[in-house]
Amino acid sequence: MIPFEPIRLFAFGGFNVPIVISLLIIGGGMLWLLIRSLKAKEVDRRIVFVFIFAAVSAPLLFEITFDETATPIVKGVFEKIENMPERSRIVIAFDFDPAMAPEVQPMANAVIRHALAKNHRLIFISLWATGQALMDKTISEIIPAEFPQKQDGIDYVSLGYKAGNEGVLNVIVSNVKKMFPTDVNGVPLTDIAIFNGVRSMKDVDMVMAVGGGKPGPKEWVLFVGDAPGGPPVAVGVAAVVAPQMYPYYPKQVLGILGGIKGAAEYESELLHNYPRFAEQDTPGLRMMGPQTLAHVVIMAFIIFGNLAFFIGGRHKEKRL
Amino acid sequence: MRRQVPLFITFFVGTLLIVSVFIPPMENLGEDFTLFFDIIAVFAFFLGGGNLLRVHLTKLYRKSPDWGFSVVTVVGFFLMLAAGLFKIGNPGDISASVTAEGSMFQTMFNNVVLPLQSTMYALLAFFIASASYRAFRAKNREATILLVAAFIILLGRTPFGMMLTAWIPDSWSVLQVPNLAIWIMNSPNLAGQRAILIGIGLGVVSMSLRIILGIERTYLGDDR
Repeated sequence: MIPFEPIRLFAFGGFNVPIVISLLIIGGGMLWLLIRSLKAKEVDRRIVFVFIFAAVSAPLLFEITFDETATPIVKGVFEKIENMPERSRIVIAFDFDPAMAPEVQPMANAVIRHALAKNHRLIFISLWATGQALMDKTISEIIPAEFPQKQDGIDYVSLGYKAGNEGVLNVIVSNVKKMFPTDVNGVPLTDIAIFNGVRSMKDVDMVMAVGGGKPGPKEWVLFVGDAPGGPPVAVGVAAVVAPQMYPYYPKQVLGILGGIKGAAEYESELLHNYPRFAEQDTPGLRMMGPQTLAHVVIMAFIIFGNLAFFIGGRHKEKRL
Repeated sequence: MRRQVPLFITFFVGTLLIVSVFIPPMENLGEDFTLFFDIIAVFAFFLGGGNLLRVHLTKLYRKSPDWGFSVVTVVGFFLMLAAGLFKIGNPGDISASVTAEGSMFQTMFNNVVLPLQSTMYALLAFFIASASYRAFRAKNREATILLVAAFIILLGRTPFGMMLTAWIPDSWSVLQVPNLAIWIMNSPNLAGQRAILIGIGLGVVSMSLRIILGIERTYLGDDR
């Protein structure tokens, strides 16, 4: 079902000494811990911290990357944006804070690049106070540099942050101007070309809700996507939230970008279809290295813990 | 009267909002009530800010332990508030976005708030690893099922999952770790999540009816 992809450890021509040394150190340490566990000795949590630090920092320092292939749940989002007619209106919701940003920001970046490359129009909105600053940062970093021909108000617009959580969605699903009389710069929505013919969220072509808390993607699905005549909704969420979104897929949600892996899969699909973005940063793919090694280290520690637990005979102890 | 008036308001507004969903001409009513809620919610900002100042200024006044942190909190609060309210260093005029690139507010957000919050969240990796080591023990049948599921999901989210099980023939590809991970998410997880969601939904309907009909009165400070 999912094709096998090799690890690109030696992708940059020849033998990558720092990577191999890092892996040997981590692997050697793991072997030492395995021997300790076989002697039923528990591992101090500071040792766990050291290994996690090494597992996360080595791939970042030496750029250990892995090839990713988009799974159907991610491909659904990509293909929707790819196949919509030009000048379609896509709402991008920034419902997250800096804490969640490393995980979900790469998704937002990739979707923005993809949509603008397809000549779609973007409407940015945030239900989180911290989302507006992240939204403006993203817009100013991506659009002027990579899409200098795109104009504020014609090709994209930022509505900024609005307090009120689900209440905001409850209103904009039938009347956007009632809740957002102006854009973030104080320009009335009636003077913004992108809103010509848009009365409510039912008049946009798609919503890409990026976030992971409350209010967030789930609320966009329930209050906007599920409203009669509501637009299709795709979500990009933190990995811990992804399982909560599965009940809505595929009928209420087009696709789910779950955690860094979801972002990496989308970036991979974008690079495959749009080689012009090869020069751009791909944090999703870059962070799959640390995530992969960290997962392997955590799995190893789970095995060590159970070995020590059973060999030490603690499983026979009577528990209350 | 102290009880009857709030109970009547709750009954009236609750019933009106439910009815407005089903009668299109009354749709605007629902929107208007949401806007009223937003106006009321604005006062929560004053309440939140006021409460933060009250707590930390009291700590400073009493020189309570760790009062130095309160200094940082209060100074940070007023600095961000002033930068946002007066749009200090904003490249546009007073009507421009508070988060416009180059403004003091955005500069502080990018250089202070963003790295601090990201760092705090990143620390989770260390604690999760340590907690996994200690908690994921096959102590009993339930814990073993949890352990196996976690193991498959962890492995399935990495390219190693496919590397380890690529030898499994296509006819048995469901046994490949990434596909097993997808199965766990799509079947047991989905069933559990849907059951929880339906339960929550029924609970919300039941509790809402109890509040609207005045059966549930704890929000009035009444424990009966």
